Amino acid sequence: MSSDDHDHDHHAHNAPESGAALRVKALEAVLVEKGLVDPTRLDTLTDTYEHKVGPHNGARVVARAWVDPAYKKRLLADATAAIAELGFGGPQGEYMTVLENTPRVHNMVVCTLCSCYPWPVLGLPPMWYKSFAYRSRAVGDPRGVLREFGLELPADVEVRVWDSSAEMRYLVLPMRPQGSENLTEDELADLVTRDAMIGSATVEYPSKKASTTPESAA
Amino acid sequence: MKRPLEDLLKARGIRLPESTFAEPWEARAFALVLALADEGSLRWEDFRQRLIGEIGRADSHVARGEHGAGYFESWLRALEGILADNGIVAAQEIDRRADEIASNPPAPTRASSAGPIKVA
Repeated sequence: MSSDDHDHDHHAHNAPESGAALRVKALEAVLVEKGLVDPTRLDTLTDTYEHKVGPHNGARVVARAWVDPAYKKRLLADATAAIAELGFGGPQGEYMTVLENTPRVHNMVVCTLCSCYPWPVLGLPPMWYKSFAYRSRAVGDPRGVLREFGLELPADVEVRVWDSSAEMRYLVLPMRPQGSENLTEDELADLVTRDAMIGSATVEYPSKKASTTPESAA
Repeated sequence: MKRPLEDLLKARGIRLPESTFAEPWEARAFALVLALADEGSLRWEDFRQRLIGEIGRADSHVARGEHGAGYFESWLRALEGILADNGIVAAQEIDRRADEIASNPPAPTRASSAGPIKVA
């Protein structure tokens, strides 16, 4: 929906393309002419990363681990294979490690140098993950960063920060929230946020945001 | 980092899809790198190292309180750099084509800007 709005606005302005937009258009034109790039392939890739891959994938992995102890065991032993069992995989997900949060350990993921992120299960990273602020502070002051996200952890919880290396990509397995025992796997997946799988949030139930009526058609 | 409007909408059961890309050109630049890597025109790890360099440069500006290139600006610079160094696309080729596009906007744009104008 939002990319459609962007396209609509873009054409409606009739403004000359400037700066980066013009540069990319020119670069694409030159590459297409040289036969190095197929424009329809670009359309497919854009569609994939805007609409197909996303945190809803990772949420399924988390929910499955919560309801199925054998799956969770496999996930912790060989994350790439276990994630592939659910049909997820591809670029930036070739080497996965799942980090389990416990009452004693809270895991947080950063890529200090660029933006390494497990695309197949989380989609593309949010702006804040790529920001200088996060990248430069996550390792040195993780509790301070988490506090800004509204997450205050008890002093006896160890905070582990993982810096994505050239190959390894991390997915945090957040703790299953108390009170969620009677939820279905689908309902559990709906609770799991992207931020919880990066480690900048925990999973709440009931969600703070929908504290009165459950999400309904109304 | 907080998104109160999004939270409000979510509380009412309205899912606001978060934009993966702020601008269409970002999506295009992203797709170009993936497509070129798939075709073997560049190696992903080479590109990543370039990207790290460009981001580092932007970081040092931001650290000094100056404006630093945005993430996808860094991405684009890294892409142009690696293509130039590999002899695939020279900067001048992109410059030339950009000039052409800028001085020859596509026909539909011209036609719509030539529409009737009400004069008071």
